[in-house]
Amino acid sequence: MSLKNNLHKLKEKYNGTKMAPLFNGFHTFLYTPNEITHGGTHIKAADDLKRTMNTVIMALVPCLIFGMFNAGYQHHLALGDIQAANGFFGATFWSWDNLVVGLWKVLPLVIVSYGVGLAIEFLFAVIKGHEIEEGYLVTGMLVPLIVPIDLPLWMLAVAVAFGVVIGKEVFGGTGMNILNPALTIRAFLFFAYPTWMSGDKVWVHGAVERAQEIAGGANVDAISGETVLGSLAQGHEASYSVADMFFGMIPGSVGETSTLLILLGGLFLIFTKIGSWRIMLSSVVGALVMGLIFNGVVDAGWISESSKFYGLMSTEFWHHLLIGGFAFGAVFMATDPVTASQTNKGKWIYGFLIGFISILIRVFNPAYPEGVMLAILLMNVFAPTIDHYVVQGNVKKRMKRLKAKTA
Amino acid sequence: MGLLSKKDAKLITDPLADNNPITIQVLGICSALAITAQLKASIVMSLSVLFVMGVGNVVISLIRNIIPSKIRIIVQLTVVAALVIIVDQVLKAYAYSLSKELSVFIGLIITNCIIMGRFEAFALANGPWRSFLDGIGNALGYAVILVIVGFFRELLGSGTLLGIKVLGDPIEKTGLYALGYENNGFMLLSPMALIVVGIIIWVQRSRNKDLIED
Repeated sequence: MSLKNNLHKLKEKYNGTKMAPLFNGFHTFLYTPNEITHGGTHIKAADDLKRTMNTVIMALVPCLIFGMFNAGYQHHLALGDIQAANGFFGATFWSWDNLVVGLWKVLPLVIVSYGVGLAIEFLFAVIKGHEIEEGYLVTGMLVPLIVPIDLPLWMLAVAVAFGVVIGKEVFGGTGMNILNPALTIRAFLFFAYPTWMSGDKVWVHGAVERAQEIAGGANVDAISGETVLGSLAQGHEASYSVADMFFGMIPGSVGETSTLLILLGGLFLIFTKIGSWRIMLSSVVGALVMGLIFNGVVDAGWISESSKFYGLMSTEFWHHLLIGGFAFGAVFMATDPVTASQTNKGKWIYGFLIGFISILIRVFNPAYPEGVMLAILLMNVFAPTIDHYVVQGNVKKRMKRLKAKTA
Repeated sequence: MGLLSKKDAKLITDPLADNNPITIQVLGICSALAITAQLKASIVMSLSVLFVMGVGNVVISLIRNIIPSKIRIIVQLTVVAALVIIVDQVLKAYAYSLSKELSVFIGLIITNCIIMGRFEAFALANGPWRSFLDGIGNALGYAVILVIVGFFRELLGSGTLLGIKVLGDPIEKTGLYALGYENNGFMLLSPMALIVVGIIIWVQRSRNKDLIED
């Protein structure tokens, strides 16, 4: 007897009990249920919500693995143990030592994120007596990828609990939320514990520890864990090559650094028709337009070099796509089908404004160099409004056509 | 209760729970968000509103028959404004630092919707004693929420209660901080006050399903 049959038998047994949602959730995670539709004719496809979610997770796995290697690489590089890797296939990057550090630091983040988030989902499913909603599958993978590597685990747990309950469950659970839960969690962390979410220490494993040793009187060199975005906001020159930024060998949140792998993940999502290419494309266009405007301002000489905005304003416009979390946000966060605009025209507007506002916040608010998070959350709020006007516009157009025909 | 008849007692107890001005009528939200970062400020604010509501309701009730109804809002505003100025001056004289902290929000009691709401809805139609009870009841209902919100925001945001360190010293790392705990800065920002009020509303309505409106 196969596992599948055994599970179906167990299902009969659990049916109607308190634990039924828990069991069903596990069951449908593994297999397509063998239920058939009752009454009427409906086409039932196998690519249900769980398959959709799994596809996104598949697109995220390369970023996760790369993030682990990068965590170790940045750590060892900062300590001076290894030479900088030359190019994407540099031997000092894909080493066993790097992976061990990465596994040691990243896996706990993943486990805490999933453990706390799924526990809350199970709890709500059992209390409300409905099926487990699988909305947390993707959120749980996104969260570890968008936090700094040295974030204390209890903070992550608190933030996940907040994000899942306040960001999602109070609105009615998966599919009903206004804000992207993963970004709600990150925003909570950002405002609650700013010292752990920004600055030049948290992005490289070991930098915080080293700073404490130095404060304690140890005679060692400080480790700088500054992100490219952070140093530009401070008015410093970026010390990484374009290739490094594109391949992702730079400090940053765990999974956001490699533009290359995010691009591949994005293409996979477009190919499987899970992610909206309209949103991805239009947010890139929005970011480029804003970047070009800022470059134009600098070229026209309207801003002096002593201005605190000069560093980020004079950054070449297309570099904005490579640094910070822009690529990750545009591909994996902005395209969240629940919180994005639903209409095609709306998606263009929604995506464009995300890109546009991201770069705007980046440049003008050095305290929040990661403007992508705030831009997406803001546009999440406006998405229904955009849809409303797109739909109304269409209605008006058709009314006009009707009048022209019948007149 | 010997002192109050059952009907009168309801005037005080109702606003405390099932007809709370903040969580059920959703009035007076602005001050609940603005000044609840510290428990002390919440308590002082509650006392100020208690005074203004109690006295104001009685005054309006006493003159309710001689107020021309066309200008009643202006008359009500004058009464509240006079009372608020008294509170403001007393605070400035006896608790200057606190009055600095509350800044404009004492003055803004004038625009607190709960007060105008009770004047309009109750004091204009009832005698002074019942109006007094109603004012006290609603002010207490307001105070309960302010104190709950202030308690959680100060405890989780600053690790203190009424200015006393409860969770240890964050700089010298004693108490909880020695374990790596850190204050939640988000608690000190206004959005979190709204979320805490929201959670109170959630808890209250899941305990009493009658309060859920469709």
